[in-house]
Amino acid sequence: MELILIFISASLINNFVLTYFLGICPFVGVSNKTENALNMGFATTFVMTLTAAATWPIYNYVLVKFNVPFLQYVAFIIIIAALVQFVEMYIRKASPSLYRALGIFLPLITTNCAVLGLALFMVMREYSFLESIVFGFATGVGFTLAIVMMSGIREELEFADIPKHFQGISITLIIAGMMALAFMGFAGLIRG
Amino acid sequence: MGMILISALSMGAIGAVLAGFLAFADKKMKVEEDPMVEALTGALPGSNCGGCGFAGCRVFAEALMKGNALPNACVAGGSETSKAVAEIMGVDAGSMKRNIAVVLCKGGNNEAERRATYRGEMTCTAETLTGADKSCSYGCLGLGECVDACKFDAMAMNENGLPVVFYDKCVGCGACARACPRNIIEMHPEDHKLFVYCRSRDKGAYAKKVCKVACIACGLCVKDCSAPGGIALKDNLAVINHDVAPQNDESIKRCPTKCILYGIEESVTRSNYFASIRK
Repeated sequence: MELILIFISASLINNFVLTYFLGICPFVGVSNKTENALNMGFATTFVMTLTAAATWPIYNYVLVKFNVPFLQYVAFIIIIAALVQFVEMYIRKASPSLYRALGIFLPLITTNCAVLGLALFMVMREYSFLESIVFGFATGVGFTLAIVMMSGIREELEFADIPKHFQGISITLIIAGMMALAFMGFAGLIRG
Repeated sequence: MGMILISALSMGAIGAVLAGFLAFADKKMKVEEDPMVEALTGALPGSNCGGCGFAGCRVFAEALMKGNALPNACVAGGSETSKAVAEIMGVDAGSMKRNIAVVLCKGGNNEAERRATYRGEMTCTAETLTGADKSCSYGCLGLGECVDACKFDAMAMNENGLPVVFYDKCVGCGACARACPRNIIEMHPEDHKLFVYCRSRDKGAYAKKVCKVACIACGLCVKDCSAPGGIALKDNLAVINHDVAPQNDESIKRCPTKCILYGIEESVTRSNYFASIRK
């Protein structure tokens, strides 16, 4: 029950992109085509789940044990960087076309603040190992949901008659704001 | 002091473990990439025009490696690229003929009649769907979809509402020919010089009524053609057989509408076109 609650909370109610405004760079950068957005979402979900699984034991068994929890920022950043490197190698091996489609955005997952945010929230909320993995996966699902929805809207926008000064990134940010407003509606799902 | 030591040691340990893990993964997941494909892709223009018949420069490079494509198939890069490609492949480049785009319509705003005013989406494809405003249902619509399709700055719309191809810039990729909804643009080797600049299959009387420079299928060029079978009439239109037709201007002299012309394509280059409109 607790796990389902964490899943719904992280993917919908406290969606990283639309309520915490984390990970806006890929959210705006890779959301022009649904196919690419979906692939980016999958890659990020994969990295996030692995991050949760890798940072939890290191935080609890290394940093806490040696009484140096303030090192969490540095430690998490290098773990995330290493994981992204690993994912890049894996995708390059498994699917060269996906590797080319993601291009520069794949290494940029390293600097996606949503991934670091996930690790920090996980520690702050004192989740157990299983809860952390569910939290990481749910955050990735939430990110995928947001970026795919955004890309769907942006594909339709291609044909819209947008005033000159709103074209491009401005209309994208306005839409992101509207989507965030809409996602606030999910806050009513859980009381208290 | 103790804390600094512990910090340094724990971070060092984490770093070392991760480095070992990555080194192991790198060994395990090494991708066997042919350095030749990389080199070939680098030698190609990278415009992904599709002129070679493959989906893009990289796909073309892979096809080259498999032996499914000829080194001189890249029309965009011209002879320099095929030389570079042949050098990497270690084969003889061979000679290659450049194709160029020929716009087979001379009925611009001044020559052709319009039966209505089109006010829809300003692309030729959209206008074709509405039935179009030109009385001639074969002529150029003049909205420049071919010019938009050209990636090599080799086309422009002139003041008469017709596209012009710059002989020096055209690489023969055929993007404009594919973009034209009325199939007015054809790709020809550059040694073809004789063309009938009309696609109208309407009967002579109607064709002449709606356009001053239409082919009215009078048959004078067919009679005057010095090589038998070089020019023939088909569906109210003179058709040139480039394998047979003589490459001279004998047959064009008596054309009443001056729609058959010789060797005018090569006179238009980008610089002299823009110099002429500046005057």
